[in-house]
Order: sequence, then structure tokens, then C-alpha cells
Amino acid sequence: MSETTELLDLYERMAVIRRTEKAAYDMFLAGLVKGTTHLASGHEAVAVGASAALRPDDYVFATYRGHHHALARGATPEACLAELMQKSTGLCKAKGGSMHLTHAEGNMLGSYAIVGAHLPMAVGAAWSARLRGTEQVALAFFGDGATNIGAFHEALNLAAVWKLPVVFVCENNLYMEYTPIGAVTAVDRPAADRAPAYRMPAQVVDGNDVVLVREAVAAAVDRARAGDGPTVIEAETYRHYGHSRTDPATYRPAEEVERWLKHDPIDVARARLEALGVAPDEISVVDERATSTVAAAIAAAKAAPDADVAEAFTDVWADGGAQWRM
Amino acid sequence: MADVITYRAAVSEGIAREMRRDPSVVCLGEDIGAAGGVFKTTAGLFEEFGPTRIWDTPISEQAIVGAAMGAAMTGIRPVAEIMFSDFLACCWDYLANEIPKVRYMTGGQVTVPLVIRTANGGGLGFGAQHSQAVENWALTIPGLKIVAPSTPADVIGLMASAIRSDDPVVFFEHKGLFAGKGPLPPADHVVELGRASVVRPGDDVTLVALASTVHTALAAADELERDGISAEVVDLRCLIPMDLTTVLASVGKTSRLVTVEENPHQAGWGATVVSVVVDEGFELLDAPVRRVASANVPLPFADALEDQVIPTTDKVVAAVRSVVNY
Ligand SMILES: Cc1ncc(C[n+]2csc(CCOP(=O)(O)OP(=O)(O)O)c2C)c(N)n1
Ligand SMILES: [Mg+2]
Repeated sequence: MSETTELLDLYERMAVIRRTEKAAYDMFLAGLVKGTTHLASGHEAVAVGASAALRPDDYVFATYRGHHHALARGATPEACLAELMQKSTGLCKAKGGSMHLTHAEGNMLGSYAIVGAHLPMAVGAAWSARLRGTEQVALAFFGDGATNIGAFHEALNLAAVWKLPVVFVCENNLYMEYTPIGAVTAVDRPAADRAPAYRMPAQVVDGNDVVLVREAVAAAVDRARAGDGPTVIEAETYRHYGHSRTDPATYRPAEEVERWLKHDPIDVARARLEALGVAPDEISVVDERATSTVAAAIAAAKAAPDADVAEAFTDVWADGGAQWRM
Repeated sequence: MADVITYRAAVSEGIAREMRRDPSVVCLGEDIGAAGGVFKTTAGLFEEFGPTRIWDTPISEQAIVGAAMGAAMTGIRPVAEIMFSDFLACCWDYLANEIPKVRYMTGGQVTVPLVIRTANGGGLGFGAQHSQAVENWALTIPGLKIVAPSTPADVIGLMASAIRSDDPVVFFEHKGLFAGKGPLPPADHVVELGRASVVRPGDDVTLVALASTVHTALAAADELERDGISAEVVDLRCLIPMDLTTVLASVGKTSRLVTVEENPHQAGWGATVVSVVVDEGFELLDAPVRRVASANVPLPFADALEDQVIPTTDKVVAAVRSVVNY
């Protein structure tokens, strides 16, 4: 694949995520999406760039802000939106919801809503790859806020001590929920500055540049696959919406928001495409295709049957059932 | 005379039998390798299986159980040791939020075939933070199977089922039973999860017990026999699946029920047993049911104080007399 075709592909993936998130937001306001959502608009380049550096058999673990990770690993917009809309065709049969999108077929092994809990799981998946003698790598996406929870430190230490093929990718969007990460963290770089304590290399990368993210993650993945152990990547990014639901994010200074909106990952990719000589028309074709992909997904999700109530009592146990007594 | 084995050695024997038949079974925990575990329950495993199957970990309960979960989701059958059951509190997120829910909330996309073994219970004078019987903690969570054997043969037979289970199992080994001996079961001895055992038949009262309290109940039954009271002792073996069929059948015969529990009375497992018996077997009963459980206080250190708090033969005898004389 040429550089141009490849970048166009990454661009399209980001465009689909952006439109899917917009649909989720609009349908939340319209009452069609219930519960809560943690949208990833603005974070697209991290998910798409990192996923582009992985093999299909590598493992991905993500957080409640994970729509982009499920989509980047091959979940369809229709299945994701159907899940948010409590439809039986949802990615998790409407039993997970926005915070737990999972696409095991794409080895995207879950979105976890207890901050930091999935980091040891990624370490375990990497350990499993080692035990089974495969060359698979495990990658965990997490927020800046997760670097202050114990599981993060236990995971980094164990991954380092056992020299496991793990890549820890922090999406540093400057805020935990409403508190700036700098106000509650003893170091400047919440993830990267912790890595040396575990004798682990770290790289800070522009998380809004899909090409730079892909390069940084590819280097870490190569290192992991070669048996040289884990790496921390801290990708600087910014969320376009509030933390969750309809949070207007008034705690963020207007000047800061404006600066980041001018550094939109989709614009950055577009500029790269134009620099490679791709005509604006050609990019428009991709944009339109992304729009119609998501429009079709919205229509299909809306038309799908509601959650099957019988599913409340399936999938507790491996036999498919929920029997707790004899 | 048949070979005998201690409960302690039965733990490593049970694990070793499964490790020999299935190369995907791997152990991890603190000091479990060359040291053989603080209770010597993994003695010999490191010598037989080596460092690629027996992994010493840092003191990182979250990383131990979290990594076991990640490995279980990706083709390994991990057996994780948490040294004292009290320490489960340090990784409770994994038992409460992650391991039991991931299959359900992903709509059945992932399976978590793991065992968490832990030394549970009192009687050794270890004080409030190393002596608790916490099997009822696990019972509050749908999605965990719970095993607590009372004999060496059951340790081996239930370990086989626990490790072969595609569901997560919490395996409570009782500290007070480690030194006890019993017959060594034949190769291929497997005890199905969720099958209680009538360890002593009787006509006048049903004593439902678990792990250490099976022995307390048997001692009480001996004493009661001298007064002409015939007690049937049911060893529940597992809390989930809970074999209420066997309990109800026994109560159908004796018309009286006493539970003997080491966990605290508040929210102890006997409350669940009793609620089902009075709900489904009310007409079977000729007397009120009684629960002999630990008092609702932390476990004290001194033997004389501990005896005040945990179930003893005298307390069980007194409870039985009260229902028989009702
Ligand atoms: C253990 C735990 N504590 C608190 C929360 C509530 N909570 C949900 S998201 C969040 C902020 C996390 O921030 P960060 O890791 O930076 O991720 P972001 O939301 O910015 O992507 C908090 C505090 C939680 N879900 N889990
Ligand atoms: Mg954040």
C-alpha cells in the first residue's frame, strides 16, 4: 500500500469515528441513547494510529471512553450505535452499553469502567502470549487520570519485571473528569514521567497526529515483539465534548479549547494528505463515504429490534446460563 | 491401609494432577515457587514444573488477579494464589467488578477460566487481619463459583473441577485444616462443583456446614448421639453452585435445620440457605431454624477470645438441643 492510500485509509477510519461519536451525542440529546456516554471526538488519532501499528491477533484493552478503540479494531458503527441504543443487535447484546464496548473477534477484549483496572489484564494477556509462545503484543489505552491509581503502578512493575510484550498508551487529554491532571499529579508527564521508575522507555507523542502515533506505537510494538519488554507512550490529545453525557466542560479555559480545536486530528491528517498531493476532491469523496457509512449505521440501528429480555438471564456462566443453585 | 495425605499436601497434589494433564494450567502468586508458599501448599510444584509454569510475583494483589484474568481471557488457565483471604480486599475490584462481570457485560464474548486460591479462616490465633472467614464476601457477587473443601480428598477432587471449569472459581483453603489427614483419592478423582455431600446420616436434625465447620458439626453430632439425638451433617462443599436440593431433601427427613458457619452472622451464607428452606420447605419444618455463625465482631487474637467468637462444638450442641426440644 502506498503512503497515500494508507493515510487515506487512516483518515477514513477517523472520519467514521468522528461521525459515529456525533451520532451518539445527537441521539443522546434526542433520548435515543440512554445511560451515559464518554465520547472520544478529538482522540481519534490515538486509536487509529495505534491500531494501525498492531497485528490483527494482538490484544487491545480499553476504557469506558472506548468507542474509538472498538471501531478502530473492526467493530461496526452499526453494532456500536445499536449497543448504545439498547438494541438486540448491539455489540454486547445491549448488556454492556457505551462503557463496555467489546469486540473480541478483533481481539479488542473489553472496555472497563473502573479506572485502571484493565492495565493488569493487558499485562496478563501479554504474559499469556509469552506462555503460549506466540509473538502477540497486548496494548492498553488509558487516561491520564489512570496513572494515579495503584493498578497502574502494579501493572507497570509486573510488566517490567517479567519483560512482557505490553504497550501502555496514555491518552493524556489534560483532565481526569473535571480536574486538570496537573493539579493532582506529582510529575509533569503523568505517564511518561512514571516509566523510568520501572526502567521502562517512554515516549511523548502528539496524539492528534495519526502518523506520529502510528510511528511511536510501531516502535514500541517492535520492541515488545522482539522480547525487549514494555513501553509507555503518552499521547497528548484533547476531548471535543465534555467528560460524559452532556457535560459542557465549562471548567476548561476558552483559549485552551480554541487552541486544541485548531489542532484537530482530522485536520492534521487532511493537511498531511494535501502535502502528499491528494486533491481536496479526493478527500471529499472519503468524507462523503464516511458520512453515508454512519448514516446507514444510524438507520439500521434505529430499525433494529429492542434488547431481547431473555438475555437478562444468559451469559453469566460459560454454559450460557445463570443458574446459581442446584 | 489406603495412603493418607494432609489437606496441605492435597492442595499441591490437586494442582499438580491438573498441571500434568493440561499444559495451559499455570500458577502465580507471592512466594509460591521455590519457597513452596507460606503455607507450603505449593511445595514441590516449582521443582516439578519449573519457572515457566510456576511464577513468583511481587506483592501486587491487583496485578496478580488482574494478570490472571487477562491470561484467562487469552487461552491460559491460571491458578492465582492470594496468600491470606483477608488480602482479597486489596484486589476486590477484580472479584467484584471485573472477573464475574466481563462475560455477561460483553454479551458472552469472553470466557474467564481461572482459579483464585486463598487461605481462609481462623483457629490459628493470627488476629483480626489474618483469620477471617470471608467466603460470604464472594457470595455477595453473582458470577463467581465458590468452593471450600473440608477434606484432603475433596481438595483434590474439587481442585480438578475448579481448574477445568470455564467459569471463575474462588477456592477457599482452610488454614485450620492444613495439618489434617485423610485418604488419598485415586488418580482422576473429580468432585463436581455444586454437589453437597451427606457426610453423616441422621434423623433428628440437619446440620449444614462448610470447610472447617464440617468438623465442628461432626464433633457436635458425636456428642449429641450420646444423648440419643441423631444429627445429619451436610457438607455443602460449594457456596455457588449451592446444592439446596440436598439440603431440602435432608430437612425433609429431619424437619430441623441448623447452619454452622465460620463467616460472621451478618450476611453469612447460612442466611441464604435458611431463606430458601423457609421459602420452599416451610411445611417440612417442625422447629425454628438456627444459625451458628461467628459473632459480628472482628476476630480477636487470644484463643479464649477467639473461641467466644467462632462456632464451637458446644455452641452447635446447644443450638441443636434448642431446636430438638422446641
Ligand atoms: C476507580 C474509579 N474511580 C473513579 C471513577 C470515576 N471516573 C470515571 S472517569 C474518571 C476520570 C478518568 O480520567 P482519565 O483517566 O484521564 O480518562 P478520561 O476520562 O479523561 O479519558 C473518573 C474519576 C471510576 N470510574 N473508577
Ligand atoms: Mg483524561
